[in-house]
Amino acid sequence: MHTKTIVELAQGLKDKDFSCVELTQHYLNRIDQSNLNAFITVTDELALVQAQAVDNKIASGNANILTGIPYAHKDIFCTKGVKTSAGSKMLDTFVSPYDATVSQKLNQADLVMLGKTNMDEFAMGSSNENSFYGTVKNPWNRLKIPGGSSGGSAASVAGGLSCFATGTDTGGSIRQPASLCGITGLKPTYGRISRYGMIAYASSLDQAGPMTKTAQDAAIVLNVMAGFDDKDSTSAEQKVPDYTTHLNDSIKGLTIGLPKEFFSSGLDDEVADNIMVAVKEFEAMGAIVKEVSLPNSTHAIPAYYIVAPCECSSNLSRLDGVRYGYRAKNVKNLEDLYLRSRSEGFGEEVKRRIMIGTYALSAGYYDAYYLKAQKVRHLISDDFKKVFEQVDVIMGPVSPTTAFDLGSVKDPVSMYLADIYTLSANLAGLPGMSIPAGFAQKLPVGLQLIGNYWSESKLLNIAHQFQLQTDWHLKTPQEC
Amino acid sequence: MEWETVIGLEIHAQLNTKSKIFSAASTQYGQKPNSQACAVDLGLPGVLPVLNVEAVNKAIKFGVAINAHINQRNIFDRKNYFYPDLPKGYQISQMDWPIVGEGKIEITLGEQTKVVGITRAHLEEDAGKSIHDMFDDDTAIDLNRAGTPLLEIVSEPDMRSAKEAVVYAKKIHTLVQYIDICDGNMQEGSFRCDANVSIRPKGQKKLGTRAELKNINSFKFLERAINLEVERQQDILEEGGSIVQETRLYDSVKHETRSMRSKEEANDYRYFPDPDLLPVEISDELLERIRQTLPELPTQKKARFVAELGLSDYDADVLTLQKPLADYFETMLDHHASNAKLCANWVMGELSASLNKHQIDIQNSPITAQALSLLISRISDDTISGKAAKDVFKAMWNSEDNADEIIQAKGLKQMTDMGEIEAIVEQVIANNAPQVAQFKSGNDKIFGFFVGQIMKLTAGKANPKQVNELLKDKLS
Repeated sequence: MHTKTIVELAQGLKDKDFSCVELTQHYLNRIDQSNLNAFITVTDELALVQAQAVDNKIASGNANILTGIPYAHKDIFCTKGVKTSAGSKMLDTFVSPYDATVSQKLNQADLVMLGKTNMDEFAMGSSNENSFYGTVKNPWNRLKIPGGSSGGSAASVAGGLSCFATGTDTGGSIRQPASLCGITGLKPTYGRISRYGMIAYASSLDQAGPMTKTAQDAAIVLNVMAGFDDKDSTSAEQKVPDYTTHLNDSIKGLTIGLPKEFFSSGLDDEVADNIMVAVKEFEAMGAIVKEVSLPNSTHAIPAYYIVAPCECSSNLSRLDGVRYGYRAKNVKNLEDLYLRSRSEGFGEEVKRRIMIGTYALSAGYYDAYYLKAQKVRHLISDDFKKVFEQVDVIMGPVSPTTAFDLGSVKDPVSMYLADIYTLSANLAGLPGMSIPAGFAQKLPVGLQLIGNYWSESKLLNIAHQFQLQTDWHLKTPQEC
Repeated sequence: MEWETVIGLEIHAQLNTKSKIFSAASTQYGQKPNSQACAVDLGLPGVLPVLNVEAVNKAIKFGVAINAHINQRNIFDRKNYFYPDLPKGYQISQMDWPIVGEGKIEITLGEQTKVVGITRAHLEEDAGKSIHDMFDDDTAIDLNRAGTPLLEIVSEPDMRSAKEAVVYAKKIHTLVQYIDICDGNMQEGSFRCDANVSIRPKGQKKLGTRAELKNINSFKFLERAINLEVERQQDILEEGGSIVQETRLYDSVKHETRSMRSKEEANDYRYFPDPDLLPVEISDELLERIRQTLPELPTQKKARFVAELGLSDYDADVLTLQKPLADYFETMLDHHASNAKLCANWVMGELSASLNKHQIDIQNSPITAQALSLLISRISDDTISGKAAKDVFKAMWNSEDNADEIIQAKGLKQMTDMGEIEAIVEQVIANNAPQVAQFKSGNDKIFGFFVGQIMKLTAGKANPKQVNELLKDKLS
C-alpha cells in the first residue's frame, strides 16, 4: 500500500480494497518499525480517530480525492493541540493553541495526519543534521543525509512512511531533500500558499509546498494548500486554478532554458550526466533546448546568506524565554534569562545565523550588507525576467551532488553550497520543482524546473509529462 | 550668559480604532489583563500581522488636517529590541518612509502667533505593560495594550520655552480629538509626550546637546519637567560642565528628572522593512475621500465663533480648545443662535466652575446642553431673573428635574403681568407720599427705594425691567 500514490490510494479507498483505518494503521506500523528518525511526533491516536471518522464519511459517499489519505506534516506548521517544535529545543514544550492555515486546509480536506516530521532547526540547514531531535537518515542509504530542511518529510515519503508530506522551502528546503530522496517536491510562487502559522525562518523567502511521489499528486495537494489568506498580507489575492487540469497538455514546442551558471565546475559529473539525459528526454518529446544565462545567480549564495539571517535574527527574537518555549533555570536577572534561554535553547547553526543577521543589520553595516543584498536580489529577479522572455521553463540540477555522508560536511560555508542552484528561485520568488531524474552511485538525482511567476500549472504539466515517459519516480529504496 | 531653550516634542497619540493595528483584538481599555490579546498580539510562533486600514485612514486624516505631505507609498519597519512587554522582540514602526511627512502647526501665545514645524508622523504599534507590584518577586506582563495603534507626531525643535511646548502640545491634543482619531485621555495614556530639551547661548545657531524626557502624561508635568531640565542644564553649563546626551525620566512625585540611559547604552534597533507587510499604497481617491470627511477644525471654529457669533477672541478660544466643550456649546446654540454670548457666559461661568469643583468632564456633566439650554430660554423670555437662574442651576445640578419643574416648585417665576405689577406700583406710590415728593423735587436716588419696596411686596418676582418702566411712568 505504501508505494501507492494519492490517486491509487483514493481508488483503493473508494473500491473498499482497504479501509482508511487499515491504511492508517499500515503507515503507523511502518513508522513504528522504521529507523529513519523521520518523525518528531507521531500522532497515532489522533490519526486513528481521524481515520475512523473518514471511513464513516466514505461510507456515506461524501469522499473527495484526498479523503483519508495519510500524510506527514512538517513540524514547522502549527497544529492545534499537537506539539510544534520546528526541530528546536526552544519549542520542545510548545503545543500550539491554533492551527496554521495550511494545517486547517488539510484538515478540512479530510486528510489523515500521521505526525510531525523531523527537520533542521527552524528550517536552517541542508542536511537535516541541525535538528534537536537528531538527524534523519536517507532511505536509500542510511549513512547518507536526506537533505534539509524538510528532510523528515522527504524521507517519510521516500521511505513509504506516508503517502505525501508537507515541506517548506526558504532556500531549497523542499527541492533539495526531494532531489536527494528521489521524490517530487514543489515550491510554488512566493505568496501562493499562506504562511500563517508556519514558523517563520526568513519571511520574504519562506514558501510551503507539497512533497509527493508524483507530479500528479503534487497538483492534487497544491489544489488544497494554495490560496489567498486574509491572515497573511503577503499571500496573493489570486484565484487558485485546478492544477490537475493541464497535466496532460502536450509539451511539444516547449522551450527549455539551461542556464550555463547551473552547469559550472562545482557540479558533480554524474549528476550533470543524469540531468542531460533527462533534458534529452524532453527533446525527444518535442521540446527545444536553449542555453541561457543568469549572470547574477553567482551572487545568490552571498545575497541569501545576508537576507535570510537578517530576517531570522528578527523572527526568532520572540523566542526569549518569557512567554512560551524553553526558559533557562535559576536565572539571576532579565538579561540572564534572555542570554541563557537563547544560548541553551538554540542550536549552533541557528545561533550562527542570528549572529550574522544581527551584525548585518546593525548600525553602520545595514547599507553595506542588507541593502546591497536586496539590490542583488533585484538583479537576480531581472535575470530571470529576461530569460523567461526567451523560454518557458528553466532546467538544471537541484543539488551539485547526490546525498553526502552523514557528518561529512563540517564547514558551514561548504554546507551552504548545497543550495547553490535552488536559492535564486527563492530570492526571485519564483516557483521551482524537483523531480526524480536518475541515479548516481545508487542515490537519486533530482532535475530542477524553475518557472515564471504563477506557472505552477505549467511546471506540473511538464513534470507529469516527464513522469509518463520515465519511471525514476516509481523507484523505491529496497531497504524500506 | 543668556541662554536660549530649544524644545522638540514627540507626541504619541493612541488612535481610537476598535481593533488593534495588526490584529483583530479589541483595544478597549481597563479590561482583565491579557484578555484583549490574541495570538498575533502574544507573538506566538507563526503568526503574522495584518494591517488595520482604519489606523491608516486616521493617520491620513491627521496629515491632511495639518496640510502635511502624505507619503502615498509608505513602509513598515521592524525596530528590534528585547523587552518582556514586547512580545515579538521587535516593534513594528515606520522609519525612513513614514505615512505623514512635513507639515506645520500654528500656535498662539497671547498676542503672538508662531509656526511649529512637524517633521513627520508615523504609525506604530504600542507595547504591552510590565506590572511590578502584583507579585512579590516577579514581574507580571499585561499584553492588552500590545498592538494598540499609535501615531507618533514628531515636531521640529521649534519651541523656545516650556510654555510654548505646552501650547503646542495642547493644540495637537485638541486637533486629534476634533478629527476623532484619538480620545486624548492622558490618564489612560492615550496621549503622551517625550520632550527633547537643550539649551544654547542666545544667538548661537548650533543646537546644544539634548536630553530626552520620556513619557510625560500631563501638560502640567510637561511644563514642570522642561523647566526643571532647563535649570539643570544651565547649572551644569554655567559651572563649566557639559551636557550628556541621554534619556531622562521625570518623577512627578520627587519633582526631579533623572537619567534612564545614556546614548552609549542606547539600543541599536536594527531597523529593516518588515517582510511580513507589504508597502502601503494610498490612492489619490482615498486621500481625497478622507479630506472630505475632515470636520471643521478648531482654528476654523474659533474664527467662526468670533465672526458669526460676535464672541470675543478669548471666549472663542476657551470654547474651542476642547472638542466636547465646543460640542456642548454648539448644541445650546441650536436653540439660541441669537443668545450666543449668554450661552457662552453660562458655559464658561457657572457650568465650568461646577464641573471643575466636582472634577467632572463636560461629557459627564449632570446638566446636559439641552437642559442648560432650557434654563437660558427661561432667562431670555423673562420667566426668571438672572439671579434666580443661578438658584435654578444649583437645583438642576443636584436633581433630575428640568428648569421649568424647578421654577414651578420653587415659585421663582417672575411676575410679568403688567396689570398686576401696575397695581402694586400704584400701591407703593400711594403709601409713600413723602418719598414721592422728594423724588419729584429732584432726588433721583430715591428711585431705588421704590424698586426695593415693590420687590419686597412681590417677593422679588416682579420683572425689574417692567418695574423700572412703570415706576418712571407713574412718577413723572
